[in-house]
Amino acid sequence: MERERWINIALALLLLAAPLLALAAGEAFYVTLATRVAVLALAAVGLNLALGLGGLVSFGHAAFFGIGGYAAGILAAQEMTAMPPIWIVAALVAGIMAAFIGAVSLRTSGVYFIMITLAFAQMIYYFVISWPAYGGEDGLPLAVRNQFPFVNTLKPLPFFLICYVLLLAGLLLFAWLRDGRFGAALQAARQNETRLAALGVSPFPIRLTAFVLSAMITAVAGALYADLTRFVSPSMLSWHLSGELIVIIILGGTGRLFGPLAGAALFVLMEFLLGSLTERWQFFLGLVLLGTVLFAKGGLIGLIAGKARNG
Amino acid sequence: MKRILAAALMMGCALIAANAATAEPVKIGMITTLSGGGAGLGVDVRDGFMLALKQSGNKDVTVLVEDDAQKPELAVQIADKMIQSDKVQILTGIIWSNLAMAVVPNAVGQDIFYLSPNAGPSALAGAKCNKNYFNVAWQNDNLHEAMGNYATEAGYKKTFILAPNYPAGTDALTGFKRFYKGELGGELFTKLGQTDYAAEIAQIRASGADSVFFFLPGGMGIAFMKQYAQSGIKIPVMGPGFSFDQDVLGAIGDAALGVKNSSQWSKDLDNEANKKFVETFKAEYKRLPSLYASQGYDTANLVLAALGKASVMDADAFRAALKAADFQSVRGKFKFGPNNHPIQDIYVREVVKEEGTLTNKIIGVSFKDHQDAYAAECKM
Amino acid sequence: MSLALFVEQVLNGVQFGVTLFLMAAGLTLVFGVMGLINLAHGSLYMVGAFACAAVAAWSGSFWLGLAASIAAAAAAGAVVEWVVIRRLYDRDHLDQVLATFALILIFSEAMRWLFGPFPLYLDMPGLLSGSVTLPGGIEYPLYRLTIILVGIAVAAGLHLLIARTRIGMRIRAGASDREMVAALGVDIATLYTIIFALGAALAGFAGALVGVNQSVQVGMGEPVLILAFVVIVIGGIGSLKGALVGSLLVGVTDTMGRFLLPQIFSLVMDPSQATTVGAALASMLIYIVMALILAFRPRGLFAVTS
Repeated sequence: MERERWINIALALLLLAAPLLALAAGEAFYVTLATRVAVLALAAVGLNLALGLGGLVSFGHAAFFGIGGYAAGILAAQEMTAMPPIWIVAALVAGIMAAFIGAVSLRTSGVYFIMITLAFAQMIYYFVISWPAYGGEDGLPLAVRNQFPFVNTLKPLPFFLICYVLLLAGLLLFAWLRDGRFGAALQAARQNETRLAALGVSPFPIRLTAFVLSAMITAVAGALYADLTRFVSPSMLSWHLSGELIVIIILGGTGRLFGPLAGAALFVLMEFLLGSLTERWQFFLGLVLLGTVLFAKGGLIGLIAGKARNG
Repeated sequence: MKRILAAALMMGCALIAANAATAEPVKIGMITTLSGGGAGLGVDVRDGFMLALKQSGNKDVTVLVEDDAQKPELAVQIADKMIQSDKVQILTGIIWSNLAMAVVPNAVGQDIFYLSPNAGPSALAGAKCNKNYFNVAWQNDNLHEAMGNYATEAGYKKTFILAPNYPAGTDALTGFKRFYKGELGGELFTKLGQTDYAAEIAQIRASGADSVFFFLPGGMGIAFMKQYAQSGIKIPVMGPGFSFDQDVLGAIGDAALGVKNSSQWSKDLDNEANKKFVETFKAEYKRLPSLYASQGYDTANLVLAALGKASVMDADAFRAALKAADFQSVRGKFKFGPNNHPIQDIYVREVVKEEGTLTNKIIGVSFKDHQDAYAAECKM
Repeated sequence: MSLALFVEQVLNGVQFGVTLFLMAAGLTLVFGVMGLINLAHGSLYMVGAFACAAVAAWSGSFWLGLAASIAAAAAAGAVVEWVVIRRLYDRDHLDQVLATFALILIFSEAMRWLFGPFPLYLDMPGLLSGSVTLPGGIEYPLYRLTIILVGIAVAAGLHLLIARTRIGMRIRAGASDREMVAALGVDIATLYTIIFALGAALAGFAGALVGVNQSVQVGMGEPVLILAFVVIVIGGIGSLKGALVGSLLVGVTDTMGRFLLPQIFSLVMDPSQATTVGAALASMLIYIVMALILAFRPRGLFAVTS
């Protein structure tokens, strides 16, 4: 376990150092790339709470990512451009949606849960596509990036630092929840539901809370993503994005604290490097993903740090 | 001393001369769709563009091509990389309106030139127009407007219209209705990506319409045409050129024969530039060019012509050179309106069979010097 | 709205449902027996359509193409099972989702590599073109009618295969108790390969049949894959009967929703707004139905006890 902690610290420092070095070398683009890693990692941290700890394989988390994005886009269109309130609105709206979706979906389990979360995400996807007020399929551009007190968010580095700090906050929240009573109950619900029931604890409220918290974190990431690309579109809500979030988690190592960060870094780098090498990049991306599932169980962190404590 | 001065002077002159002939390297970034179901369009734009570049023999222009997989976020990321890391001065290549909306406002905001070889969303023609954004294809409504005009001229009184339920779809029907004077036999919005049109076709049959206009891009249009032909309905169909061009005609088959469609370009347009384009494209790629390929070809020739007149480093001069549009377009004449969108003729074509291959033939002109409806909203 | 139009729309819904059934049957079979979520099922559908189009273009015969579609999809299925899928049976659903998601990327790019970026041509055989007049004066395309009949035949055939034959007995046994069947000396590995190939062949067959009506292009399997998942989840995963009922329910709901909703809304709002709102709701309708069914029957309509 010691070893995994050192790897986590190294990963966190690496993500911080990368954009600083890039700026020193005059390569501003890599700051943007690092920001993308941080934001996707935060979205995956959210999903990891439900999926990694709770074993709730949500195939519809793109819905919450997109809700966060649209919260940022719509508020910005109403001249509401301060980041912290936007994050709160994004998290609240996604939390309410998640409470509703979760209340219905958590009655099911296994594949049914995977598919019903997908169904809800598809509903929201089609709704947004055919809703003309905020651009529909064309999406909604943000005129300028939203603002944060005392920080010039238009510059790549300050914006990266905002995302980085939020990612660290998300990771801390994840670690705190995991190691507390709530996390213990949640993991018990995943591993042995009957035993939990025998102790007189109902798994449903625990799972619902995890699902809602998970959605709220992912929504904040969605709001940051909208600011990063200065654009929101229904493709943020597509089932491909739900799939990519799952891919990120598995790539990094399911249920691992820093799995989402390792996975997001790997995924973004592969997409970027393969994409500039060949137009058939998706073929090779597929091969790498396949190889990871078949031969590197435990993901990147599992590969370096060895078996998980509670795998 | 005098000789050294003279030599220096001569060298200086040589440098200036070289400069005017665009000796400095120019980098163009092309973001286009090369994978997935929509790859055919991106491949055609790229091939047309590269053909023009090859013919020019211009060795100073480098083109970086990357696949956006039809995802807006990825297009934005590639644009950021090309601008910040590769230091391109010109961007082009995007096929879809939603990707253009994601990339263009930011790129032109950073003083990058963007030349659109395909998408022309109404916002970028109107309120959000920009001096560095040039559309070399059409504003999205144009081809639909031409079909609306044609339907009126052809004397149709009751046209049934349908399109997918998304902005380009509603724009298409709005564009059609703008110039169509008859009554509507019905109006339908279908689901984006829908592949079975039995329900819609049954409604068309029951509506008593005298004609059908549809805008269903890509695979949706292919599916609709096949199923429509199969249903045995004889009501004439018409649509924008997108649904009946070289990239999809092969897949629709004989079901498309005789369909009237609108386009700003056709393979049989009678001008020197077009003859050369069609012949060399066939020789190079072993297939007939599509309107997308013609747009890519025109885009490249526009850039090359402007580079011949001004350096891309001198943004104002280069912009003026682009705006002059002093190049041999395969459409014959071509000029930009005040909002940097084309003012051009739009033709009505008919799908015919030539030597066993389905293709289009011009049968008339719907609009002369047509301009888009949003130019007035553009404050530039 | 005439009664004839209404009946025709119901028929259209049934026809759409039947094509979904061909996809869903293989998916539910593979899940029921092997417990595997296969997102790449849509890729096998695409393989079938491409094989049919390529062979039909080369030989000039649709029927050869149809045979090729079944063969190619079954072969692709068997290879994929042998190389990848059999390593996933004792993994959790998460790994299966990721691995088969990766397979989608690989298959799509491979198809584009082999056949180029443009959609392929595939037309129906002359024998099935044209339309027939049904009782009540409904003109209905012969090809769509054929699809309905073929779908019913496949459903009946699958039922017989599973209920009456030796291999069907093993499939049933394998679904309920894997260890016991293995202990009785049945070669489980081969059985699984056969079932997976059978599911793939059904998907390929559906791809070829539907490819005639649609565009044969990369990515064509994805929309129908999601619908097929909706179907088997509504019906109860692993249940063939559930897949059939779910398919018809989804097919008819979707078709009638597209047809009726805009008309219903036009009673209360102005027509152009009604078309937009109606179309928007119609595109969400099957997902709403699915959520409602699962809210009350969390394991689908015909839950399989396991």
